[in-house]
Amino acid sequence: MSLVIGVPKETAAGEKRVATVPEVVEKLIKLGFAVAVQSGAGEAANCGDDAYRAAGAEVIDGAAALWAKADIVFKVRAPSAEEVGLMREGMTLTSFIWPAQNPELMQQLAAKKVTVLAIDSLPRTLSRAQKMDALTSQAGVAGYRAVIEAANAFGRFFNGQITAAGKVPPAKVFIAGAGVAGLAAIGTAAGLGAIVRANDTRAEVADQVVSLGGEFVKVDYEEEGSGGGGYAKVMSEGFQQAQREMYARQAREVDIIITTALIPGKPAPRLITAEMVKSMKPGSVIVDMAAEQGGNCELTEPGHAVVKHGVTIIGYTDLVGRLAKQSSTLYATNLFRLTEELCKTKDGLINVNMDDDAIRGLTVIKDGAVTWPPPAPKQAAAAPAAAKPVAAAPAAKGHGHGASEPMAGSTLAIISVVAAGLFWLIGAYAPASFLGHFTVFVLACFVGYMVIWNVTPSLHTPLMSVTNAISSIIAIGALVQIAPPIEAGAAGRPDELIRWMAVVGIGLTCINMFGGFAVTRRMLAMFRK
Amino acid sequence: MTSSLTTVAYLGATILFILSLGGLSNPETSRRGNLYGIVGMTIAVLATVLGPRVAAAGIPWIIAAMVAGGAIGLYAARTVQMTQMPELVALMHSLVGLAACLVGFASYVDTSIQYTGAEKAIHEIEIYVGILIGAVTFSGSVIAFGKLSGKIGGKPMLLPGRHWLNLIGLLVVIWYGREFVMAPTVQAGMTPLIVMTVISLLFGIHMVMAIGGADMPVVVSMLNSYSGWAAAATGFMLSNDLLIVVGALVGSSGAILSYIMCRAMNRNFISVIAGGFGTGGGAPAAASGSQPAGEVTAVSAVETAELLRESKNVIIVPGYGMAVAQAQHTVFEITKHLREKGVNVRFGIHPVAGRMPGHMNVLLAEAKVPYDIVLEMDEINEDFPDTDVAMVIGANDIVNPAAQDDPASPIAGMPVLEVWKAKTSIVMKRSMASGYAGVDNPLFYKENNRMLFGDAKKMLDEVLVALKS
Repeated sequence: MSLVIGVPKETAAGEKRVATVPEVVEKLIKLGFAVAVQSGAGEAANCGDDAYRAAGAEVIDGAAALWAKADIVFKVRAPSAEEVGLMREGMTLTSFIWPAQNPELMQQLAAKKVTVLAIDSLPRTLSRAQKMDALTSQAGVAGYRAVIEAANAFGRFFNGQITAAGKVPPAKVFIAGAGVAGLAAIGTAAGLGAIVRANDTRAEVADQVVSLGGEFVKVDYEEEGSGGGGYAKVMSEGFQQAQREMYARQAREVDIIITTALIPGKPAPRLITAEMVKSMKPGSVIVDMAAEQGGNCELTEPGHAVVKHGVTIIGYTDLVGRLAKQSSTLYATNLFRLTEELCKTKDGLINVNMDDDAIRGLTVIKDGAVTWPPPAPKQAAAAPAAAKPVAAAPAAKGHGHGASEPMAGSTLAIISVVAAGLFWLIGAYAPASFLGHFTVFVLACFVGYMVIWNVTPSLHTPLMSVTNAISSIIAIGALVQIAPPIEAGAAGRPDELIRWMAVVGIGLTCINMFGGFAVTRRMLAMFRK
Repeated sequence: MTSSLTTVAYLGATILFILSLGGLSNPETSRRGNLYGIVGMTIAVLATVLGPRVAAAGIPWIIAAMVAGGAIGLYAARTVQMTQMPELVALMHSLVGLAACLVGFASYVDTSIQYTGAEKAIHEIEIYVGILIGAVTFSGSVIAFGKLSGKIGGKPMLLPGRHWLNLIGLLVVIWYGREFVMAPTVQAGMTPLIVMTVISLLFGIHMVMAIGGADMPVVVSMLNSYSGWAAAATGFMLSNDLLIVVGALVGSSGAILSYIMCRAMNRNFISVIAGGFGTGGGAPAAASGSQPAGEVTAVSAVETAELLRESKNVIIVPGYGMAVAQAQHTVFEITKHLREKGVNVRFGIHPVAGRMPGHMNVLLAEAKVPYDIVLEMDEINEDFPDTDVAMVIGANDIVNPAAQDDPASPIAGMPVLEVWKAKTSIVMKRSMASGYAGVDNPLFYKENNRMLFGDAKKMLDEVLVALKS
């Protein structure tokens, strides 16, 4: 018996998103599920009831009927008290929950003996979980929309232009916070042609900022701001002072400020003061993406766009909803990926596997028992240890590495002692003529060593065939034996035997000599640009 | 030609040989490098033949032998398939080994130069060592040739107590070495010499028989090294500096190649030579209980073409399977087609892909793939996350994520090409069988991996047809 996935219409005011779209409905059905959608659920996101029907979903009138039919509910926003009231024991709910901010909701849900998967509680640092990361996908949409809103309110071009009517300077955009939303904003603004600067308390994102076409503005103060899990933490007073000075300077220079600074579970940090707003050029725009958590700007009015001191301050809290079709599609795909993880057997049944780190993390209530917060992921401890050898291995390779890696002191000492002993033995007993050859031999080994490390790996096969050809120099040994000058010929030399052995030797080495060089030539001729 | 002139000519030849190897640092200069080698060899041979150590009576013999050998060599070089290069190289090593043996024996029975005292002892030790290395090179290379050409099975043959057998052999060789040096006459010395030669031949056979297919690149480069040392030993025996220098060059070249190959497999040289790996008996892997779980997603050639057409960045990872199927030309056709469409196609080569160092590079060069899109593992590994499709053709162990993730895996720590980081990876294989290391590959079960089952050549032909349509 396959389960029914129910998608109700969002009840929160102004919420235009829907938890699944017709394209994804088809995929869910392929996994073996039945899908029921409340009539009108996707209206605001341009997904009509007919489209859902065409994709194979059943369209049901009224929320109560839908909740009664569904075994698994996909939602965007956390359920309202009424919706919790409609839930049945044994149901599974997947939506944003924010368990830390909503303890009451958690209690109500637990009392209903349901299973709750909070998409916001996904362990984001697991690379496997990225495909399910709805926070990322939604933040990306918001960042894009923030730039579009700013462009809409801004009275000039973003890109610099030189036209017959005169020169237009490019807009300067400053983005505070380079998380997912900030990075999306940087990319969008840079794409429109603006000069983009960005700042973040986490120094490691500087490269990402640059890679998207932005410029990273540093705060003149030494402190590391990574708070674990890829989020920022609260910084020290000294740092905040230096940061305020930097923001004040940027406020005077730039045309547009987009703020995205959020610290989990805390009100948004106040980055832009009324003073700074006053110092901005008239016609400038501030988009405060943290408006819902109180705003990064002192003058923000959450949910509204206001003009203060000649600066438009946009505090919309529904940036994501303003791109409802896009954000719904991404969110629906995130949930589909999650469903795939839950239903590996593709039989329309789900298995909330608590041994799976990703699923363990986002399961905040399992059959009525609160399982939030999750224990620290077990990989966290193992990962640095595992990462180390992997990182060390590439560093130790590449060419020229024979010499690049200094030997341990003790090994070197032992080798030196052994070598010195050997040399002493040879020097004490060997005759002079041998020593001459020995010198040549040792030096030649070193020359060979130096030369061969320079050979490019792609030519290793030609190297082997050419060294093979060269080693047929052994022919000289046979050549000097074939017929030495008569006067040297002492009595009893088996001339005939030696001659035949030498002839065979020469023949064999010549196969090598000619064959080796010829085949090397043939190979090298093939290498071309 | 006087003796001094000969020596100077030898010096010139030595310099040319060093330049020849130096030229291989870059494909641009490599052709000239080969030319230096040919010139050096010509000078060395002419200087010897015209020099004081060869009487006029010998010249017809020399010419006859050289013409016969040269003709065979040139014929072989012209007709060999590029996929058969490892076999050819192994066979040629055996010739050097055999020649070293012959020269050694001839030098021993040659009484034209008399030595006394310590010089005699050293000369005899040189002969003994020279024949020993030559014999090991000869028999080892013959077996390697047999294994590479499929005449002998690729599985390692493990005799019980094989390390003890080798040790006993070594002791017997040392004992007879003492006998040999003590021997008063040539006739008396012959017995120990022959016994040693037989033991060396057996040792060479045994050593290569015990090594599995995956370790063949190491074996081939090691035999290359031995053939150099054999030449150097011959040089000592004949007091010829040219032979010593060239032998040392070739010997160190082979040794460095062996080292690089071992590094690429994260194994140490001794353990490779001791043999027993690549058994196909993946007993340790099975016992560790970490069988990869999940489902394998198969695709068709048409779907593969679809994926390729829609991508911007493609990396192709070839392995021995491509060589076996002779698929390199089709690979190039696909590459050419995609590049014309603006797709950035590149190749990622693992150091031990194939059966000898640089094997894949030669095959791709034969198929006219430009060498600047053929990259080494270290150069390309970072690019996989930005790659849309990574296509693995007939390779297995070199793309096995277990080497990084699973410390219990027999190949743990071996550097691998990180194809699983690409958005999609496609593995072309004949079946689900494991690679030469006998290790199951979790890559096949990854969610972004697709399997294209079938003969590489046939499947790629179908992909090409689908691409063009």
